[in-house]
Formats: sequence, structure tokens, C-alpha cells
Amino acid sequence: MWYYEKKLQYPVRVSTCNPRLAKFLIEQYGGADGELAAALRYLNQRYTIPDKVVGLLNDIGTEEFAHLEMIATMVYKLTKDASPEQLRDAGLGDHYADHDRALFYHNAAGVPFTATYIQAKGDPITDLYEDIAAEEKARATYQWIIDMSDDPDLNDALKFLREREIVHSQRFREAVEILKEDRGKKKYF
Amino acid sequence: MSKKMPPEYYQMLEEIQAIDFVIVELNLYLDTHPDDTAAIKQFNEATKRSMELKAEFEKKFGPLMHFGYSFSNYPFNWKDTPWPWQV
Repeated sequence: MWYYEKKLQYPVRVSTCNPRLAKFLIEQYGGADGELAAALRYLNQRYTIPDKVVGLLNDIGTEEFAHLEMIATMVYKLTKDASPEQLRDAGLGDHYADHDRALFYHNAAGVPFTATYIQAKGDPITDLYEDIAAEEKARATYQWIIDMSDDPDLNDALKFLREREIVHSQRFREAVEILKEDRGKKKYF
Repeated sequence: MSKKMPPEYYQMLEEIQAIDFVIVELNLYLDTHPDDTAAIKQFNEATKRSMELKAEFEKKFGPLMHFGYSFSNYPFNWKDTPWPWQV
């Protein structure tokens, strides 16, 4: 079971209404390497991963939902005061026609989220390698968005999220080592 | 909708966010380093501090959690704004 806590993991502030930045940020909401994909990937893989690393997948998967909420907050704050004209000029006309200012799980180019973004192979090392790659891809995406953003308040929270990807990647690498070590101890009769 | 809260709200919330970040970080670390006694001690101390800060915050600003992890005033105030994205 999960419980909701009425707070963000890290404060999210934005300097100005900026729908163009929101359009880019949606990549981390409903994109292939985004926070939704991450949360669903780890929480789904944990059922069949060895007991020694279930806790890690469970906890990182849970933290990803807190990151998803931070991205949603950024998009919401960047677009809530935008006029339809501003949204159209920022490239969000297609989005507005279908969703108004509501959020939707799609990537920066408007492609809807799909389960094909994530895999569960059942082979523990293979699954963890995918998870490491996912964290590194998400880290790179955060970097590209920071490079395009001129909002210092937004960048503060984006840098926090970028650093989390690094920590998660490192923890997954440790999980691989734990399983390798365990495999070495396996007794055959 | 965003709702202006007293300065103390933001200050206390940020303190909670800071200590809870320590807890998340230690939790993930301990998931792969379960025998680190010093880290477990830090984890338990931070957890205690977080619980104290939240009890104090909730007395002033209402429940942080639902489903039985926070007490309610009258009328039921869990659903009161601001929600996190409105802060």
C-alpha cells in the first residue's frame, strides 16, 4: 500500500509563466525516459527480482512518483497563467486543442505514453542494466533541458532531479555487484 | 489556485523537506549497505527529528498525511488547500 504526503520532495519555484519550457519538460512526464516510465518500470520489476535488491527497486520506484509530482508542478506553474495565444505561440496549440491546460502523459513531441518504453525481462542483471541506462538517459534529458532553460528558480529544482538520477544509477550499479557476488557463492550439487 | 500561507508555513515545510531528504538518501544507501551501523544510527535520528517536526507542523497547518497517519481537527481538514503544486 502507498500513503500520500502533502508535500513535494523538494520545493518547486518558477520565475515566470513560460509555456515553451513546459513543452520541453513534458518529456520527463510522459516520455520514454521520464519519471512515469521510471516509477512503473522499477515497481513492476521488483516482483521477480532477487530478494536482496527488492527493497532498492521498491524505494527508488516510490521516489520516482515524488519526482513525477515535481515535474507536474513545474508544468502546472509554467502554464497556469498562459493565454491560449501564448500556448499556441509556444508550440502547445495541439496540446491546448485536446487538453486545455490539463496535463497529459505524452512526450515533448506530443507522442502519448506507452508501456513499450519499459521492459521487464525477468533476468535480474538484464533488468538492472536497463535501470542504470534509464537513470543515465533521464540525467542527460535533465541536462539538455537545463541547457535550454533561462529560469534560475526552475533550474534549481531541475538540478536536484538531475542529481537524483546519478544517485539512483550508482545504487543500481551496487545492486548489480550484490547479485554478482551472490551468484559466485551459489552451491551446485 | 495558489494560496498565500504565513511565512512560518514555508519555513517549517522546507525544514521537513530537508530532513526527509536525509532520510530518503540514507534509506537508499542502506538498501545496498545494510550493515553500516553509523548510517542506521543517522537514519533513526533523522526519522525521530522528522516525526517531531511534522507533529509541530500539523498542529499549526493541518494533516500532512491521510489514511491514519495524521490526526484531524473539526471539520475534517485533510482536504484543505494548499496542495503541494499550489504552494
